[in-house]
Amino acid sequence: MSSTMRRYNALNVFWNGLTGNKNWDRAWRDPEPKPKYEVIIVGAGGHGLATAYYLAKNHGITRVAVLEKGWLGGGNSGRNTTIVRSNYMMPGNCAFYEHSLKLWENLSHELNYNVMFSQRAHVSLCFSPGQRDAMARRYNTMRLSGIDGEWWALDKLRKNIPYLNYGEDARYPIIGAFVQPRAGTARHDAVNWGYARTADALGVDIIQQCEVTDFIHENGRVVGVNTNRGEIRAEKVGLAVAGSTSTLAPKAGLGRLPIETHKLQAFVSEPLKPLVDHVIVYGVGHGHFYISQSDKGGLVFGGDLDFYNSYAQKGNLPIYSDVAGCAMNIMPMVGRVKILRQWAGIMDMSMDGSPFICKTDVPGLYLNAGWCYGGFKAIPGSGWCFAHTIAHDDPHDINAPLSLDRYRKGRHIDEGGGGPVPKHH
Amino acid sequence: MIRIDCPFCGLRDHSEFTYEGDATVQYPALDAPMEDWYEAVFLRENPRGPHREFWRHVGGCGSFLEVVRDTVTHEITEVKLAHPGMAAATGKAAAKTTEKATGGSE
Ligand SMILES: Cc1cc2nc3c(=O)[nH]c(=O)nc-3n(C[C@H](O)[C@H](O)[C@H](O)COP(=O)(O)OP(=O)(O)OC[C@H]3O[C@@H](n4cnc5c(N)ncnc54)[C@H](O)[C@@H]3O)c2cc1C
Ligand SMILES: [Zn+2]
Repeated sequence: MSSTMRRYNALNVFWNGLTGNKNWDRAWRDPEPKPKYEVIIVGAGGHGLATAYYLAKNHGITRVAVLEKGWLGGGNSGRNTTIVRSNYMMPGNCAFYEHSLKLWENLSHELNYNVMFSQRAHVSLCFSPGQRDAMARRYNTMRLSGIDGEWWALDKLRKNIPYLNYGEDARYPIIGAFVQPRAGTARHDAVNWGYARTADALGVDIIQQCEVTDFIHENGRVVGVNTNRGEIRAEKVGLAVAGSTSTLAPKAGLGRLPIETHKLQAFVSEPLKPLVDHVIVYGVGHGHFYISQSDKGGLVFGGDLDFYNSYAQKGNLPIYSDVAGCAMNIMPMVGRVKILRQWAGIMDMSMDGSPFICKTDVPGLYLNAGWCYGGFKAIPGSGWCFAHTIAHDDPHDINAPLSLDRYRKGRHIDEGGGGPVPKHH
Repeated sequence: MIRIDCPFCGLRDHSEFTYEGDATVQYPALDAPMEDWYEAVFLRENPRGPHREFWRHVGGCGSFLEVVRDTVTHEITEVKLAHPGMAAATGKAAAKTTEKATGGSE
């Protein structure tokens, strides 16, 4: 870490607390863009920032700029419901998400920034023997791959989570739950800020209010970008712009992609006393629901996509009522709780529900996209793998299956077996 | 809430409809080369702006509709019956442009 950045420690947190918090340094610089870098990352979401950090930290590449059209962390990485888990079973996803979860486990120490990673367990409710059998297959596959997972029968579930609706007359009576104890939540802003601050200290330029409008091609290579702040050149350019990927891809020379942009909403209630100690999720019939409680006391929850293409970062009422119905199904006592805030982000929905971290057919251009509902948990692993792919011009074994041409070769990574539709989570 | 002006049923909330995806996809002949099928099944224009798409009025007449909707504002500028034969038989073949924005305000 460069000497200009003061590390956070107990003493200076205490001292600044006593002196009105007026003497902190900036967390990161606000540099002017230089004419040329070794690597440009487009998009300062969690994935772009983590990539810049691991380029500097793991590969010694510090002439890096992260270009962001708005403010860093203002996209999906600052709008999600912060669930972190690795309960995947398909080759390709399994190793990748578990690698990411392992990085989460040491992230606050690594970044010298409290990302508030809380391994409070991810509890996936079951409602029918068929659903239980399908999930048993998943959790057994996980266990064989060295990922933690267990079955909580009704008595154990009741003991640990007494407030759920266990009534026999419930619309969907609960029969048990599959649990990943090491899963949990983190503070989304802290993850973005922690990566930004640490990358900046290693020499990375994070340039906000800088929108990439086009790409500079020379001899068939991408050699830079045009922005609202002028031309910026680089030997390599990586895209990490989530739901905006399809708007930049043709300009970069990639043409059409196997991605649709859809919006996903999230909701936060008024603050309550501690109630929900775990992440609780379920999918049954047309219902899909996930809920946790933030440290400020708000219930943080969400459900499905709207299922029609959208670039509008705002929600709508039908999902509001679906999600409220799902909440009432398992936790009828929240019926009088008020929803304080609600918002939406635009998701890069791939055709099998799995992402792309890869080289492209255009020399000098690298792609990070296709995160669907689930890219928050992937931030550390994705940055780690994308940095490796860019630095070596070759994917790491962990992300080699996450290629853009896998559909062409019939190597889909379709966890749910749902076929080629941009609806998977 | 987006509202769609169904040629049979009139202006209805979009929660009466199911979204059936991109209407610009042209499926190739069954014996077409693999590459053509790859493009049709997997690749999407995914525009930020006007998008031609199918909706089905499941909570109403059941018709498949072809709709042009802006993916940023959600404004709908065109609604017609998706099946050309159906559209001709009912005399509602012409693309129907709603007078006012029927979507947009969410
Ligand atoms: C409501 C909601 C709930 C979610 N819940 C979860 C969850 O519980 N768990 C989970 O794992 N995942 C969840 N996700 C998904 C997760 O948030 C995303 O997959 C992840 O944050 C994507 O990160 P990113 O860095 O790729 O994209 P983003 O954070 O969206 O960053 C992309 C950045 O690119 C910038 N950009 C775009 N175009 C340009 C341009 N032309 N020039 C410069 N910059 C540009 C944008 O401004 C943006 O800041 C959720 C998402 C939403 C919306
Ligand atoms: Zn109708």
